Amino acid sequence: MSKITKLAAGAAVAALFAANTTTAGTLDDVKAAGHVKCGISTGVPGFAFTDDSGAWQGFDPAVCKAVAAAIFGDTSKVKYTTTTGKTRFTALASGEVDMLARNTTWTFSRDTDLKLDFVGVNYYDGQGFMIPTELGVESAKDLDGASVCIQTGTTTELNLADFFRTNGISYEAVPIETNDEARTNYVAGRCDVYTTDASGLAATRSSLENPSAHVLMPEIISKEPLGPLVRHGDSEWADIVRWTLNAMITAEELGVNSENVDSMATGTDNPEINRLLGSEGDLGAMIGLDKAWAWRAIKMVGNYGEVFDTYIGADTPIGLERGLNALWTQGGILYSPPFR
Amino acid sequence: MSQTTEFQGPPRQSFSIGKIWTDKRTRGLVIQLMATIAICAVILYLGNNVVENFQKLGKPFGFGFLQQESNYDINQTLIEYNSQSTHLRAAVVGILNTLLVAVCGIILASILGFILGVLRLSPNWLVNKLAYCYIEFMRNVPVLVHILLVHGILVHSLPKPKQAIEFADSFFLTNRGFFVPSPVTQPLFWVVIAAFVFGLIYAFWYRRNARIKQAATGEQSPVFWVMLGAIIGLPVLVFFLTGMPINWDVPELKGFNFKGGMALKPEFLSLWLALSLYTAAFIAEIVRAGIEAVNKGQTEAALALGLPRRRTLNLVVIPQALRVIIPPLNSQYLNITKNSSLAIAIGYMDIVATIGGITLNQTGREMECMLIVLGLYLFFSLTISSIMNWYNKRLALVER
Repeated sequence: MSKITKLAAGAAVAALFAANTTTAGTLDDVKAAGHVKCGISTGVPGFAFTDDSGAWQGFDPAVCKAVAAAIFGDTSKVKYTTTTGKTRFTALASGEVDMLARNTTWTFSRDTDLKLDFVGVNYYDGQGFMIPTELGVESAKDLDGASVCIQTGTTTELNLADFFRTNGISYEAVPIETNDEARTNYVAGRCDVYTTDASGLAATRSSLENPSAHVLMPEIISKEPLGPLVRHGDSEWADIVRWTLNAMITAEELGVNSENVDSMATGTDNPEINRLLGSEGDLGAMIGLDKAWAWRAIKMVGNYGEVFDTYIGADTPIGLERGLNALWTQGGILYSPPFR
Repeated sequence: MSQTTEFQGPPRQSFSIGKIWTDKRTRGLVIQLMATIAICAVILYLGNNVVENFQKLGKPFGFGFLQQESNYDINQTLIEYNSQSTHLRAAVVGILNTLLVAVCGIILASILGFILGVLRLSPNWLVNKLAYCYIEFMRNVPVLVHILLVHGILVHSLPKPKQAIEFADSFFLTNRGFFVPSPVTQPLFWVVIAAFVFGLIYAFWYRRNARIKQAATGEQSPVFWVMLGAIIGLPVLVFFLTGMPINWDVPELKGFNFKGGMALKPEFLSLWLALSLYTAAFIAEIVRAGIEAVNKGQTEAALALGLPRRRTLNLVVIPQALRVIIPPLNSQYLNITKNSSLAIAIGYMDIVATIGGITLNQTGREMECMLIVLGLYLFFSLTISSIMNWYNKRLALVER
């Protein structure tokens, strides 16, 4: 049985049997289990990948690690579950995972109708197209009649249908489950074009045999704010994930990083840093954690900029510029509410 | 003293609680009753839990979402469909795709299976062993592996559209599919169809009369040739007489892909071929077992009566073999239908991929979508089962 059927059936069975999974506080459940159950993607270079020892690394697992660090003080206390575009929401809704940190677009219907809560944005993205240079196409609007590889169950699937319809051109959708499968089919020539979030395209392109033989179309056809999300109905748990992410962003803004966080934690003359790191006030208690929660997350995982540079930044093979994802003070739109 | 022994029937027993268990009949009733109550309780508990959990999640239950726009495209559709169509229509597209691959699979698997089954009985050592190797290889590897293997071969080893392998300038084999010309009928074509229908009716009428005649007088008629002529010859003749009222829409390479004609996509091809090749191996064994189950004495008796070999096969061996073959064949047909849900592994848009996949994912209605998929598969399977059971009954031994 395929993964989706299994998960969907699992969800159905979970709905049948699970009596009280959603009401008891997720934080209590997580503490009792001793780890955060985190849903991630099946692998996108830079964003989620396994290192030599088989441990998950990357821009998205970093959020899981930060949450684990804030709660347990140990980044290894995460149980990763890989999810495809199609299985992810079922996995979250059924309680198989406590949070999702995988390139997932924040949309109205997902936030409301699907009963999920997006807690923030960790990457501002948009949907693009990648195509072999040899085909000589210069604009996505010239793609009439092309076969397009597309991950099913994603917003990109819907954007794609909209884009081709509004431009009055035809295409053949080739539905694919995971980024790896899409890459294989694209390389084999089953499709002319691969479309997904521009960051994912850049990541996939970097993993191709000859990246320069492939080109990204200039069109970005959608807004794809990607961020972590949790189940609807447990605001306390949502707060923890939301403010862990905000802590990483604020840390960068305030110049706190994993190197200097220890010295700053002893007290500085900036009250917001003091509140963030717990030397002043007790913000941690307000979300059910101790004073040093943010200090641990920053110490063990790093601030937003550090994570970005480590996994997907300009110096990595992925080579993404900060662009929109620079801090608001540096020309981007990354902006965290204040710690007060 | 005269004593009459009367039969008084079973001794009447006075009722007591202990008897409920010691009496065979009441014990049976009690066990059945308890089992029924237990099953009802479990169903009730599960149903209750669903309702409770739905309330807890704040999710409504209903099928209204089927009327919403689907917003996604499907690459293989047998009916008109686009991203503006409803989820319901997407579901129908999926159902038709499932049925298409199931029906095509059943047909191909049956043909291959019967041929292989007969080859397996061949006295020729090489033919026999080749069939044996094929069957053992196919049925001992999981069908999903076969599907992925065929898909991999089709997508990776066939050329891209621009280097397509072509036959007669109108058939093109690429890794995007096998493109063939599609017929476009002209107005006069209905005459050909009418001729075909007429031929069909005439053929069966002729066969019926020939049987009556043979029963009455023993005279035989050339049934086969008349039927062939009426069903195929007549429409072909009319087709040429009306000036071939059909055009062919030949596929042509335009831009990225072939346009026009019909396309058998690699996803469909690989699912169809893999399912058929796999199931054919099982059917072959069923056919072999069925034929071997017919006592050798039957053939000998028929030959002794002076029946020719072909008639012996048609009138004596096959009817008896079918009785053994049909029930297990039925379950193989069900297997093809159900295994077609593995389509999702290669992106063939069947009912699991449309309503049970993308629709489920985009609308978040897991319970409703899974119920629909469940109900549909149950319906398909029961339908196939009842057709096969009807056929089996018709073939069953009628004792006189």
